[in-house]
Parts: sequence; C-alpha cells; structure tokens
Amino acid sequence: MSALRARLGPALIAALMSVVLIAPIFGLKLQRVGARTVLAPHWDFVLWGALAVFAWQLLRPAAALATGGLRLPTLPEFSARRHPLVLALILLLAFAWPFFAGRSAVDIATLVMIYVMLGLGLNIVVGFAGLLDLGFVGFYATGAYTFAMLYHWAGWSFWEALPLAGAISAFFGFILGFPVLRLRGDYLAIVTLGFGEIIRLLLVNLTDWTGGPDGISGLPKPTVLGLPMTRSPLVEGGTTFHQFFGLEFDTMHMVIALYLMALLLALITLLVSNRLIRMPIGRAWEALREDEIACRSLGMNPMRIKLSAFTLGAMFAGFGGAFFAARQGIVNPESFTFIESALILSIVVLGGMGSQLGVILAAIVLIVLPELAREFSEYRMLVFGLVLVLMMIWRPQGLLPVKRRHVQVDEGAAREGAAR
Amino acid sequence: MTAASTMGAMGAMGTSAGHLLEVRDLSMRFGGLLAVDGVALAVKAREIFAIIGPNGAGKTTVFNCVSGFYRPTTGSIRLDGQSLVGLGSHRVARRGVVRTFQNVRLFKSMTVLENLLAAQHAQLSRSVLGGLFNTAGYRRLEREAIARALTWLDFMGLREFVNREAGNLAYGHQRRLEIARCMITEPRLLLLDEPAAGLNPQEKKDLQQLIGRLRDEFGVTVLLIEHDMGLVMGVSERILVLEHGRPIAEGTPDEVRRNEQVIKAYLGEA
Repeated sequence: MSALRARLGPALIAALMSVVLIAPIFGLKLQRVGARTVLAPHWDFVLWGALAVFAWQLLRPAAALATGGLRLPTLPEFSARRHPLVLALILLLAFAWPFFAGRSAVDIATLVMIYVMLGLGLNIVVGFAGLLDLGFVGFYATGAYTFAMLYHWAGWSFWEALPLAGAISAFFGFILGFPVLRLRGDYLAIVTLGFGEIIRLLLVNLTDWTGGPDGISGLPKPTVLGLPMTRSPLVEGGTTFHQFFGLEFDTMHMVIALYLMALLLALITLLVSNRLIRMPIGRAWEALREDEIACRSLGMNPMRIKLSAFTLGAMFAGFGGAFFAARQGIVNPESFTFIESALILSIVVLGGMGSQLGVILAAIVLIVLPELAREFSEYRMLVFGLVLVLMMIWRPQGLLPVKRRHVQVDEGAAREGAAR
Repeated sequence: MTAASTMGAMGAMGTSAGHLLEVRDLSMRFGGLLAVDGVALAVKAREIFAIIGPNGAGKTTVFNCVSGFYRPTTGSIRLDGQSLVGLGSHRVARRGVVRTFQNVRLFKSMTVLENLLAAQHAQLSRSVLGGLFNTAGYRRLEREAIARALTWLDFMGLREFVNREAGNLAYGHQRRLEIARCMITEPRLLLLDEPAAGLNPQEKKDLQQLIGRLRDEFGVTVLLIEHDMGLVMGVSERILVLEHGRPIAEGTPDEVRRNEQVIKAYLGEA
C-alpha cells in the first residue's frame, strides 16, 4: 500500500505531462464549418489519455511483478540432428503456401522477400563489417534503374539484365566505398546518407536517360523458363506460359511465380551471406569491426576488407532492385527516398545486427505489420516508432541476437578440428 | 658505451652486416613536442633487444614508427636493408614485423580460435569462389589454418579455451593469446609493447621463458619495451635506454645496470 502511495506523485506528474503532450496533438482538431476553419476541442481524448497514463504509472510495478518481466520469444531449441528436418519443413512451407493463399497475401510476401534480400545485403555492411551505411537505397536504385534502362534502351529481358544489375550496383558500391574508407561511425553514416541522396537526385535530373521524376514504365515481368506469363505472346508466333503447360490463363500464376522467384533470390542471398561469414573474408569483417588497429598490425588491409563488404552488400541490393523494378513494372525516384534506407536499416537493427535469421524475421514483421494494420494507416509511422522504441528498451540486441561461434573444434578431442 | 653521440656514430658507420632491423636518426615530432629525437638502434637477427626508459620517454612512439603506425618526421627504418618508412602498418606487418599492444587488443567477441584464424587472413588464399562453393581445396586450407592455430594454442597452453570468447579470458591468457596471434603470422621481428604489464610474478616468469623459447625454437627476433627490470635484465641481450626521446645508453644488461646516467635517470640509486 505504501508502495502505491509512493508511486502516486510520479504518476500524477506523468499524467500531467501526457496532458501537455496530448492536448495539442489530439485535443484540438481543425474542422471546417462552411467556409471557415475552426478549432474544435476534444477534451475527452485528453482526459482518457491522461487517465490511462496515470493508471499505468501507478500499477507498473505490480504489472511487472505479475508478468515476471516480459520475455520476448527466442527460437525454440532444436537438437543439431533435427536441424535439417526443421529447415526442410520451413522451406517446403515457404514454397508451397502461395498455392493455397490469397493474391494479396502472396503479393505482400513477395515484397517481404525483396526486403529480406535488402536486409541481408545491408547486414553484410552494418552487421558483419560494422560500417553504418545510411545510403543503402542508392544501390537498390542503381539495380532497379540498371534493369529499367537496359530494357528501355536496349530491350534486355529481366534475366539478362539481372547479373549486370548486380554487377553495376557492386561497382557503385566499390566506387562510393573509396572516399569513405577513412571515415568511421557517425561520419561514415552522414557521408553515405549523402551518397544515397546524390544517386536519387541524379535519377531525378538525368531526365534524358532516366525519364526524370516520371521514371521508366512498361517494364516486362520476368519470364519463367523463358516463357512470358502474359495472356498473349509478346512476339508473333511465340508461346506463353499457360499455353505451353496447357493451363487456363490466370493472373494469379504471375503473382505466384514472382513470389517464388523472390523466394529463390532471397534464399541465394541467405546462402551466400551465410557462407561469406564463415569464410576468411567474413572473419576479417568481424575482426575489423572489433579492432581496426589490431587488424592492421596483423597485415590485414582495412581498405580492401571494407571495400569488399561495401561491394558485396551493394551487389545484393542491386539484385533486389532489379527484381523490384520487374515486379512493379515501373521505376521512379520516389521509390528510393531516405525513408527506404531507414526501413532497411531498421530491419537489420531490429533483427539483431549480424543475425541472418533475425533479419528475415524483422523483414517479415516490419513489412507485414503495416500491411495488416492498413485501417490504422494514419498511425503507421507512430506504431513503427513505438515498436522500435520498445525494442530498444526490452531487447536492444535485436529480435534474434547473433549466436557467435562460427568455427568450433571439439575441445580436447581430435587434433584436426572439424570446421563447421 | 654511453651517450647519444656514440650511438649516432655507430649508426653512421653504415651497412653493419647481419642486422635485421636498422633504425637511424629517428625523430618524431607532434606539433611542438619532439617525442623521439635522434634514436638509432640496430637489432641483429635472432636477438632479443629491449628498450627501456621512464614513462613518456618515447618508447612506444619508436614502436609505432617501426610498425608503420606513425610516419617518422625524419630518419630511416630498414628491415634487411629495405626501407619501411611510409609503407603503412599493414604492409609493414606483411614484411614480417608484427606487434602487440600496451593495452591488449584482441578481437574480443570472437573466439580464441577465430582470433588466430583471422590473424592468418593475410596468408590464407582469399579465393572467394572456392569458399562460396566450399571446394576441397578451400576446406583443406581451412583445416590447415585450424591445425596451425591449435598448434599455437597448445604451445601457449591455451588449448582448453579454444572456443571461449577472447574477451572473457583471464588477463594473462589474453596477453599470451595476443602473442600467439602475432606468431601465427610467422613474423621475422616481433615487437612486444610492455608484455608483462598486469601479470603476476609467476606469469612474468613464464613470459620470460616464453620469449626465450620463441627466439630459440622459431628464430624470431624480439624487440621489447618493458618496465619490469627483472624481466628485461633476464631476457634481453642488449638494451637501449631512452629518456625524453633521446638515447642515453646502450649495451648489455650488465653495462646498462652499471651506467651512472641510467641509474640517475631511471633505475634509481639503490
């Protein structure tokens, strides 16, 4: 009881503070009355808000006691032997479910896969190598525009353009990596932020090549096994997907095919980045993140190591960008604003820096949640911010923090340790 | 065998054969401060050479110049006759000059084994494709790297900690791991910056033995900075004494111990 009394003062102050905050935002609303605009007060809003804050502050210790401190989910532990089984099950599910799911769900899942790709790419730069990159969207845009321009000016198909999109993005990563190598932390973040904007502004202003603010439209969807998934053949005498397989034409086929391609690309990204981190180059990234001076004293070239992280991360963004362009059928600079970089970075941070599973989970959460909550679309950014703040309080290391130990040897046992 | 003039003359005499490291007329200026002023030293191959001196005498600055972290204001640094000045620290390291740090610099959140694997980065083949596809050749290289790391862990008596996070090791073990991490790069010249700092008497004794063994069994030349006189006198063959960035004496431990200038400046009357 006395504990409750002790909380009374702080709770009152908190309630008062919330009145101050809520009143101008929710308490007063602009309303049009005929030709005039008036301020209409909504004091009940303020009152309920303040009451809620008051009650929460008063009962917080009790609530904490009751729930025993909130525990966020961790991955269930599986024995090493059942690992492949679980993995196969998840894969099977990921490949099979679009055939039973609705169009919009599959569409969202495709978007999730693009962000998984982007998140895993940025994870190499931020999570593995510890270089804070706020301009990642620049490479995403490079990939998207590479495909768009190759199609527009040279008639390349998606699959022809995909490797080049990755390569050109990687090249940009390499070029932009050079001047920023000496920078660290905040300074690096600011310069990369600038690069992201420069690329976007170039796209807006190189009107002759990129179509300026309107972008490039009419991009073809990717073909499946070389067969276009359109109602009628693109060229005279060609065969379409549904004709070849003797199916009824259905636009849903395209949606599913896009999802499967995105899944495949995301899986490749996952496999490659999973290998990279276990390779010497991955260890070098981590070592560099830990202590650059020690790295140099051991003969590692920090420039080369940082550049490789930048380049590889950018390459995956390029793949993601090209796929995004093909899926949308249109690219314009609007899709590549800073908020996009921020979203990808949030995916990496929310997932747990350096943790690939975490990145995947965070991509799902951050893309699906806003889609589910479309009715509350006004409050999307609010909820987004709230989720991030709560995460930082309860789980600063991310949803699924990395479990380190990539290379192990049996302690005491066999001389030649088994690399996992 | 005393003053700086003698030293300078010795350096000027030129191409003294058999010297692995030759530093001449080394000066390092930070703004108005002349941290190192006309230091010269010549270390023979397979020698254990110590630099001592009071705090702020410029010992670590000399180290930073030799290991390429600083570019000296004037002077030359030659390894086997080849200049190291202006190479950059990682290139100096590739020439076979590696160092430890006064405050241990391990990759703290990586395991002990991974620290030793990362250190072999410069030696390992960096074929990315081989790694991506996990080819037989790549796996063999990895196995060899791990085997080398384990050999060094055995040598240092750190085998039981192989999968432990480096940052969680006891301080003495961290120091040993840092030395192992240097040795696994197969250096010609090992620079140890106060390796005994923070060690207990037993660990200091072990360290002294270890430094001797590194030289005898692996033929590495050792240049060390140390305050612990027991260790310095016990392990080194020649000693250079610095004060205020200037060399004040050089010689065998016995010579240095008897040198009046050194006693006044550093060792103290006793």
